[in-house]
Amino acid sequence: MNLPAADFDQNLSRRRRSGRIWRLIFQVSTIVGIVVLTALLYNILNQSFGLAAVEYAMPPESLAVDGVPLEELSGEALQVILRANASAGLVRALESEKPLAERSRDELYELVMDRVAEPQVVKTWSLVDSLLHRRDLEREAAEKYPAARLQSFSWINRSFIERPQAADPLRAGVRTALLGSLWTVGITVLFAFPVGVGAAIYLEEYAGDSRLNRLIQTNINNLAGVPSIIYGMLGLAIFVRALEPFTSGALLGYVEDPTQANGRTILSAGLTLGLLVLPLIIINAQEAIRAVPHSLRRASYGLGATRWQTVWSHVLPNAIPGILTGTILAISRAIGETAPLVVVGASTYITFDPDGPFSKFTALPIQIYQWTARPQAEFRNLAAAAILVLLALLLTMNVSAILLRNRYRRQY
Amino acid sequence: MADPERQSMTEDLVEPSGRIVSLPQIARPEPRMNAEQLETRTPLSSGQAENVLTVKGLRVYYGDFLAIRDVQLNVQSRKITAIIGPSGCGKSTLLRAFNRMNELVPTARTEGEVIFWGEDIYAPEVDPVEVRRRVGMVFQKPNPFPKSIYENIAWGAKVNGFRGDMDGLVENTLRRAALWEEVNDKLDQSGLSLSGGQQQRLCIARAIAVKPDVILMDEPCSALDPVATFRIEELMRELSTEYTIVIVTHNMQQAARVSDFTAMMMLGEQRAGEMIEFDETNTIFTRPKEKRTEDYVTGRFG
Repeated sequence: MNLPAADFDQNLSRRRRSGRIWRLIFQVSTIVGIVVLTALLYNILNQSFGLAAVEYAMPPESLAVDGVPLEELSGEALQVILRANASAGLVRALESEKPLAERSRDELYELVMDRVAEPQVVKTWSLVDSLLHRRDLEREAAEKYPAARLQSFSWINRSFIERPQAADPLRAGVRTALLGSLWTVGITVLFAFPVGVGAAIYLEEYAGDSRLNRLIQTNINNLAGVPSIIYGMLGLAIFVRALEPFTSGALLGYVEDPTQANGRTILSAGLTLGLLVLPLIIINAQEAIRAVPHSLRRASYGLGATRWQTVWSHVLPNAIPGILTGTILAISRAIGETAPLVVVGASTYITFDPDGPFSKFTALPIQIYQWTARPQAEFRNLAAAAILVLLALLLTMNVSAILLRNRYRRQY
Repeated sequence: MADPERQSMTEDLVEPSGRIVSLPQIARPEPRMNAEQLETRTPLSSGQAENVLTVKGLRVYYGDFLAIRDVQLNVQSRKITAIIGPSGCGKSTLLRAFNRMNELVPTARTEGEVIFWGEDIYAPEVDPVEVRRRVGMVFQKPNPFPKSIYENIAWGAKVNGFRGDMDGLVENTLRRAALWEEVNDKLDQSGLSLSGGQQQRLCIARAIAVKPDVILMDEPCSALDPVATFRIEELMRELSTEYTIVIVTHNMQQAARVSDFTAMMMLGEQRAGEMIEFDETNTIFTRPKEKRTEDYVTGRFG
């Protein structure tokens, strides 16, 4: 080694040491993130599953006919049980809704379970408690709730997804909220995707480097950081109030009495969320368009292609994976948004499915928020189950983003 | 005695709107030699010189910066003209001025005239898109489209309104670019699956598929190995029987090997590129008039 010792500090071991320290710091950051995420998942799963003490007005076993358990009875036998045990008023109400004879066996079974067996959850325990202290819990249940039986219970199940909101936690489901979220996000996509991609193409491929365009660009970047509740206020002012005749459907003849027109509809919510994610979509799409190599554009122009031919045949096909990924991530954000929907006026308690853009609505995050605010412990379990539904929805969208990206990935 | 292939081409190039795509304001050259004559023609001696491109007082600015000043140049039909000179002296800028590609740089501004078959391509009524079809371009780095080999050739013709036999056009073009034998069994594979030299020949084929008059080549071999370079040079000599070629190169042997004429550029005052000498290649490399040219081509830089 012939280094000029005077000019070069012999500090390799110090450099190595500081490198190790930084590496440790980065590892700790990663671990903190993982711990927090695990805690979140633990909390939700712990609430969503577990043991429950269930009391029946009439235990299912007692409804067995000639030794055949309730689950295996035929439709006719179930009808007989229903008529024999339910009040005459209820039977009449059910008949007028849809004659019992026309109902399927599964529907009848549900009815018998709900209306005749009438399960009541009197106490629930979390998943971890249920697994670790099962014996103690069994003793406790036997002492306090002699009539109840202990069942392992999953708050997230098929009927939870299929049922609308209800006052009774056992009968409440997320169907209304899930459909509301999907409708809202559908409108968000229809509005924000074409507008966002169009704006991105204009800004990247057509707009020059003028002062005005730089100002627009800066503003779009800033808009992406504006708190979502402010978009909620904007949506309230523009879509719910100013454009009420349009967003309530009155203009298109959806509302019979114009004085009853109400702008708090799925359309308003979708457009508001659209405004919220528009800057994100524009920025992501611009990024994707910018990543298309200039050599491709030059090759295209060099052949005598016009600007639009170049954009359509080369820029867009190569930018589309990035554009789609960005859009799906933006939509994931829209699905989880609560604040703007509260301001725009999501309903917290509706039991009917949304039937179009002009219907009143609720959404998953709103539903979760509303359930966590209830005093009964069972609603917190429901909230945890609804969070799982929301997470599953988000995960599905992110996975589809990754699949799309891989499918359309190109090399240059 | 019009070249039948070229004649039919004009009829094929009809835009979807029905407009015939040819430059009415740019006069077509008078009947030229037919294919047989082309083969027997010897470069530099026979036939009278036809100037495809005449450059007069050309200046190109990038913003306030003057990149090249007062270039005068004649590019002769069916000859290879090389532009040589040190890095940053404006060779590529000059080349791009021939098909208005400089306009893709937002701040670029061009003054002076570039006369293509008697018409100034910078005249206000001339559409740069049409200029670029008639004056094609091959770039430094091979840049085939990330599409199939077939699509690479067909796309340019398609967007220019070609309505003839596309399969025939693709085959003829690839044959012309000496690539057919190598790719005829994999036309549906990506153009990017080819080797670098093949990609560059594909780019040349793509350029000639829209039947330009002139092909501009911006250091087409600088990213290639000597074998691939040799094949491209061979191809250029072949194509020069039919096309006018202008090539920018850093490689003086290449200029000496392939070109008929050579333009020598140097940085002048205020870092603006100037053309200091233009002559037959032979003269430039053996008896240059300028001392700076002699220093440069012999490796003693001025």
